[in-house]
Amino acid sequence: MLIDLLYKLRRAQVPVSITEYLAMLDGLGAGIGGYSVDDFYHFARLSLVKDERHYDRFDQVFADYVNGIQSLFEDIIGEIPEEWLRAEAERLFSEEEKAKIEALGGWEEIMETLQKRLEEQQKRHQGGNKWIGTGGTSPFGAYGFNPAGVRIGQKSGRQGRAVKVWDRREYKNLDDQRELGTRNFKMALRKLRRFAREGAQDQLDLDGTINSTAKNAGLLDIKMVAERRNAVKVLLLFDVGGSMDYHVQNSEALFSAARGEFKHLEYYYFHNFVYEKLWKDNRRRHDETLSTIEFLRTYGPDYRVIFIGDATMSPFEITTAGGSVEHWNEESGVAWISRVLEKFPHAVWLNPEPQAYWQRVPSIKLTYQLMAERMFPLTVEGIGNAITALQKKH
Amino acid sequence: MTQRFSGTQNYVATEDLTLAVNAALTLGRPLLIKGEPGTGKTQLAEEVAASLGAPLHRWHVKSTTKAQQGLYEYDAVSRLRDSQLGEDRVQDIANYIIKGTLWEAFDSEDLSVVLIDEIDKADIEFPNDLLLELDRMEFHVYETRQTVVARKRPLVIITSNNEKELPDAFLRRCFFHYIRFPDHETMQKIVNVHYPDLKKSLLDSALKVFFEMREVPGLKKKPSTSELLDWIKLLLAEDIPPEALQAEDKNSLIPKLHGALLKNEQDVHLFERLVFLNRRNS
Repeated sequence: MLIDLLYKLRRAQVPVSITEYLAMLDGLGAGIGGYSVDDFYHFARLSLVKDERHYDRFDQVFADYVNGIQSLFEDIIGEIPEEWLRAEAERLFSEEEKAKIEALGGWEEIMETLQKRLEEQQKRHQGGNKWIGTGGTSPFGAYGFNPAGVRIGQKSGRQGRAVKVWDRREYKNLDDQRELGTRNFKMALRKLRRFAREGAQDQLDLDGTINSTAKNAGLLDIKMVAERRNAVKVLLLFDVGGSMDYHVQNSEALFSAARGEFKHLEYYYFHNFVYEKLWKDNRRRHDETLSTIEFLRTYGPDYRVIFIGDATMSPFEITTAGGSVEHWNEESGVAWISRVLEKFPHAVWLNPEPQAYWQRVPSIKLTYQLMAERMFPLTVEGIGNAITALQKKH
Repeated sequence: MTQRFSGTQNYVATEDLTLAVNAALTLGRPLLIKGEPGTGKTQLAEEVAASLGAPLHRWHVKSTTKAQQGLYEYDAVSRLRDSQLGEDRVQDIANYIIKGTLWEAFDSEDLSVVLIDEIDKADIEFPNDLLLELDRMEFHVYETRQTVVARKRPLVIITSNNEKELPDAFLRRCFFHYIRFPDHETMQKIVNVHYPDLKKSLLDSALKVFFEMREVPGLKKKPSTSELLDWIKLLLAEDIPPEALQAEDKNSLIPKLHGALLKNEQDVHLFERLVFLNRRNS
């Protein structure tokens, strides 16, 4: 049964391995999280999921999984006799607690009050703003009477929850396959930081040590230096106009937020595809342009180039001379992008279009091939992968 | 299982967090905690240690921290110096082995709690260098040819702020828990725990202001639990009546002592502007 959950998670691209699965079985064997669906949910998430970005996917898979076996689960629960539950609970209560129960009018009374409490609580639950168990008003362990966590009155307990924890999908915003927006902006920023900061610090300054030891009449004098920081230089090339404007704004904001982390960060704009001219200010794009040749001369090959564009156009705009919709281009886009890629071996293309369309739109497919498959979706995950690709040595 | 964790007087632990700590305790696996800054990640280790009555070994990770430093360090430089000065202790290399946080925890006879704080600050290789040590709870001291084995597996709590991705191999060995930002009700409990005799009306209006402030779009740093607690402390110290926090108060545009909640001047400006617009519209 449980193995289904594992495979469902893997199908939903939650990276779960056998190690995690075994750890979960281990825990279930030790009696953790085996007594209620909620506990099981929390424990399964604890042991199987290793990143909050996958919480939402886990919730969905779990809902699917649980719906499949819930009926079975209910049958089993229904078979546990009330008597047994009661005896078990009484066994676990201390004398003092039992006395308290008596004082409150005995077992029956408590069960009734509990039932009422649960009904009241159900109303509040439906309000939809309550995280399970946080208020200490959880149906389980109600009244604070049962330190061992035995559930009193299973049935009412389960009816008391209008919406399941996993059905609420509270971690939706943390999923990294969503398109880049203000919410997951921070995550993307962190990815970029990872790009900018690399390398450890302390190093022995060998020359300095020898020098000062010699000056010190042979008595050792160690000198240390900080390792030079990896100073990353980035060139951003944005496609502007039309559908891209929203994304340009977003990614510009993103990169300028990370600006402090780079040694150099320069923006340039192009329309649809890279030809012989680029410009820095989109309002004066017809007056102030920089020829791409000069662009290639200005920046060294250690710059990382990031194209941001949807690459959605007529394929002729890429392949043929004079194909541009705006002006007459003497040479084709293919020639120009090849020049750029030759100069800058570290280059990627970030595409806001959903990845599923890439192979269907001829111009995207073409660009994808021209970029030697270094095209990534403009999502947090995509940016992460793009940065990994940029770090690779060529 | 003898010891269990279930929140303390000073710390409100949600049900799933309690389960996470207990699972890590039972199975002897490290527990990786993530969450927004200020949701009590570091605090958790302290409270777990206090509630279990176990000693807490803190290891605060910086960008320069090496994994080896948590195990032991061989102070070769002072040995070299001592050898030049002809000291006797030079003969025994063990004199120059300095125990690290993990070694100290492994030495403990009883259960101990190890906090590896902000693991993401360290170099990318840092977690990889601790794989075996955290898995088997043992390591080898090369210089003295001895193997240090934990007498009792400590409970290892690791916090991360997500600045770097942690390697998969490392994650596989840990339990992972993400501390959600507390909802209104839990927050009320948290505040109650810290300021038990706070007037209910003041608490209500403070929380209202606080959650509204968190909803403001575009804030660079949203105020978190620890900032709320600081703010309430200030409000109490200044003896501000609850009415002063209500929106009807026309004298002040923004809540009193907001400096405790908003840590960034752009945020303060943004907030002022929004409040102003709001007033004008209403």
